[in-house]
Amino acid sequence: MPALSRYKLLCRRGMKELDVVLVRYLDRHYSDADSAELAQFDELLAMQDPELFGVLFELMPEPPHLQQVIAKIRIP
Amino acid sequence: MSEYKIENHTYDVVVVGAGGAGLRATFGMAVKGLSTACITKVFPTRSHTVAAQGGMSAALGNMGEDKWQWHMYDTVKGSDWLGDQDAIEYMCREAIPAVIELEHQGVPFSRTDDGRIYQRPFGGMTTDYGKGIAQRTCAAADRTGHAILHTLYQQSLRHSAEFYIEHFATDLILDEQGICRGVLAWDLATGTLRIFRAQTVVLATGGYGRAYFTATSAHTCTGDGNGMVTRAGLPLQDMEFTQFHPTGIYGAGCLITEGVRGEGGFLTNAKGERFMERYAPNAKDLASRDVVSRSMTIEVNEGRGVGEHKDHIHLHLEHLGPEVIHERLPGIAESARIFAGVDVTKEPIPVSPTVHYNMGGIPTNYHGEVVTLKDGNPDSVVPGLMAIGECACVSVHGANRLGSNSLLDIVVFGRAAANRCAETLKTGSIQPDLPKAGLEKAMDRFNRIHHAGGSLPTASIRDKMQRTMQKHAAVFRTGESLQAGVDQMNEVYASYRDVGVTDRSLVWNSDLMETFELANLLECAQTSIQSALNRKESRGAHAREDYPERDDQNWMKHTVSWLDEDGKVSLDYRPVHNYTLTDAVEYIPPKKRVY
Repeated sequence: MPALSRYKLLCRRGMKELDVVLVRYLDRHYSDADSAELAQFDELLAMQDPELFGVLFELMPEPPHLQQVIAKIRIP
Repeated sequence: MSEYKIENHTYDVVVVGAGGAGLRATFGMAVKGLSTACITKVFPTRSHTVAAQGGMSAALGNMGEDKWQWHMYDTVKGSDWLGDQDAIEYMCREAIPAVIELEHQGVPFSRTDDGRIYQRPFGGMTTDYGKGIAQRTCAAADRTGHAILHTLYQQSLRHSAEFYIEHFATDLILDEQGICRGVLAWDLATGTLRIFRAQTVVLATGGYGRAYFTATSAHTCTGDGNGMVTRAGLPLQDMEFTQFHPTGIYGAGCLITEGVRGEGGFLTNAKGERFMERYAPNAKDLASRDVVSRSMTIEVNEGRGVGEHKDHIHLHLEHLGPEVIHERLPGIAESARIFAGVDVTKEPIPVSPTVHYNMGGIPTNYHGEVVTLKDGNPDSVVPGLMAIGECACVSVHGANRLGSNSLLDIVVFGRAAANRCAETLKTGSIQPDLPKAGLEKAMDRFNRIHHAGGSLPTASIRDKMQRTMQKHAAVFRTGESLQAGVDQMNEVYASYRDVGVTDRSLVWNSDLMETFELANLLECAQTSIQSALNRKESRGAHAREDYPERDDQNWMKHTVSWLDEDGKVSLDYRPVHNYTLTDAVEYIPPKKRVY
């Protein structure tokens, strides 16, 4: 599991929408997330930007095993 | 400076930035046999080019008659006659082979039934000098930017270009004659400082949208190349020209597409009035970007903004009904919910004009070579230094960029830079030792910021800068407001002396990286707002309420701005190139820009 400082840079994306929701997730949920949830987060971060955008903004089906972290990211 | 682990590298060419421009240059250099390194702070396919979904213009004529001369006319008119016509001719001509090359390199462009590249219409793109609507924009579905990045990254690797990913370039290294000899970069993963020596350094670092409070650009767009050039004692050009998109979500800046208003969405002020009826009685909410942005800003400035601070506007979709919204505007409901906590079927979206593109940047000629005004010569080339893409000001966009000309710009000038280096550089040439003074200056600055022990957090200075720029250098500009903004920016700029970095680590230290980025942003903001105060006319994206007309007599010229170490800006001018590149097209004389 990367450290918070590493995550901050991994959450730098090419699309503003992704920057905002990923940084927001870090601020709100990182400190409470268990290793299973962070593993889900890692998997999301490994996606290409268009896929990640599609999954988070309901343009593409969300992978069922990532539901927990996706639900938290989508909280306004 | 034993504190740092240092490694030295030598290449023929070092490219800084791995967006579309940087990758096209990297690939082009490598394919010509030049040893090439590309330094990038984020992974290449995460560059901001990925957000360009619309497409790339080129007069291929696949959908009907088209000519690059028509494309050139549109671009000159779009630029409000501030664009250099030799460079615009070059871009529009070379668009055609540049797109065909991309196709051959593997970009999966959308196709017509008979297998040619499909082209769609786009705002401002016309046929026959404004008479018809052109279908000129090539796209790879809705992910053109990503497809271009992906393809060019693979092609660069295939031709043995070397990538330094998650490396942050801090400063150029110039010698006493003003020749660029290399660049200093910080390896974010290991903390190593890498000193790159190169025959040519190519800056492809993108825009500086983050200088404003709301911008559509990704967080990574911090004007790093502009900052490096400024600190090297070289000027930036036309920094007063910033394009705004009328409907960014308030606060977040994320874009709500113009398609929303096309489907019947409308704007209201605090009194619930559909104010666009007053400003544009015919087009109303569908008026052009600059008109809508200015009308919204006037409403806010006259006290009719919505929200706690009365500083934004409402965009309504509720009346369209959930079915229309979900069917015709996919993703909008989710964006509004996530970024504004709003259910678009029940309540309006808070929006404000949002920075979208920086027309200004590092002045170059159409080869991508950086130029400066020196000893009376406005086209004096800075040896060893190039700039391409949004960080550059060629100038092909002049005072206002047309949609789908930005992907074109990055590909054409990335390619031009590679072609130029292939002509002028010799593979493996012996390079002189790096100039001691130039290297020391870069190292000292790194050390100073690394150990910055002041009392102000990076984020608080950045916030002040962003709010100052948003309030005083946004859409609505008057001498009075700009002057207030200049005074405030002077203070904010000076406050950087008291910045404090909390974390002294050199490994994944985002606080330190953001402190370096903030310096770059401040330099962009400072030159931008002072150039805006200075330009006493309205042209393209620069709209002065106190000087509402374009003034070709006095102002058809590029602003060049230098910044000294104390934050003092000095301004001068370069002439707009009022000639074309070849006899194939005549100079397009200025007339009023009406659509």
